[in-house]
Amino acid sequence: MTDESKALQPKEKKEVTTSTEQTRPGPVFIPVVDIFETEKELTLLADMPGVKAENLNIDINKGVLTLIGDVQPPEAKGETEVWREYRTGKYQREFHLSDIIDQAKIEAELKDGVLRLRLPKIEAAKPRKIAVKAS
Amino acid sequence: MILRRITDWPTLSTGSPFDEFERMRRNMDRLYGALRGGLAAEPGAGVFPLMNVTEDNDHFYIRAELPGVKANELDITVTGDSLTIAGERKIPAEAEQVQYHRREREAGKFSRVITLPSQIDTNKVEAFSKDGILTISLAKSEAAKPKQITIKVS
Repeated sequence: MTDESKALQPKEKKEVTTSTEQTRPGPVFIPVVDIFETEKELTLLADMPGVKAENLNIDINKGVLTLIGDVQPPEAKGETEVWREYRTGKYQREFHLSDIIDQAKIEAELKDGVLRLRLPKIEAAKPRKIAVKAS
Repeated sequence: MILRRITDWPTLSTGSPFDEFERMRRNMDRLYGALRGGLAAEPGAGVFPLMNVTEDNDHFYIRAELPGVKANELDITVTGDSLTIAGERKIPAEAEQVQYHRREREAGKFSRVITLPSQIDTNKVEAFSKDGILTISLAKSEAAKPKQITIKVS
């Protein structure tokens, strides 16, 4: 577990560097994630500050999970910039899923800029204990 | 000038000549960063959280990305022209039998002081968070507001 008393260090958001260009200009960032697994499911937690539920797109296609979160600039029109330390823009990240996910049972929750995605494995992928009978 | 005032930290005179070099290096980094695209190479003073500051005629707006942190969990103090924000980002522990594949999100404490370009009205400070972004709006003090001067034609 992370040390509770640790002081947080600022980190610049990592930008996506891919050969495919965006149709809309603007920076695209890689959200930081935690991924953990139990026998039944995979859980993914992603920090996506500024993303509203309606602007978040989660897609699984051919074993690739894609997260895309659009961010609207939070500044109102009359505001002028004084000092800028972080940039805002879209979030995008893809993951190859090694397990077969039961797409019908996926649950996603976005709260305070943190996405929690539950990806239940389908029955066949869950490990089964095989009882060996002694003859 | 505004840019300088916000990031110009009170230099502690420890007597070491390297302090001055360090200060110069930081200023140069900032200048190069500004030339490249308006962003300092070393963000701010290297203190969490990173902040964006904007203004309109009556207010300053400070924004910070703090996913999973609620505004009411933060300790925000305001004096004449500076603001202190302190808090802790907690990541609750998951069930014990989980196996982690990736762990990139970080938890920990933070505290930051930011000096604004002008005096603010400490009674009119509001903070709220939405979608993991904290916004603090600070009303400028009457003396600091820009005034329209009408020129009388005699």
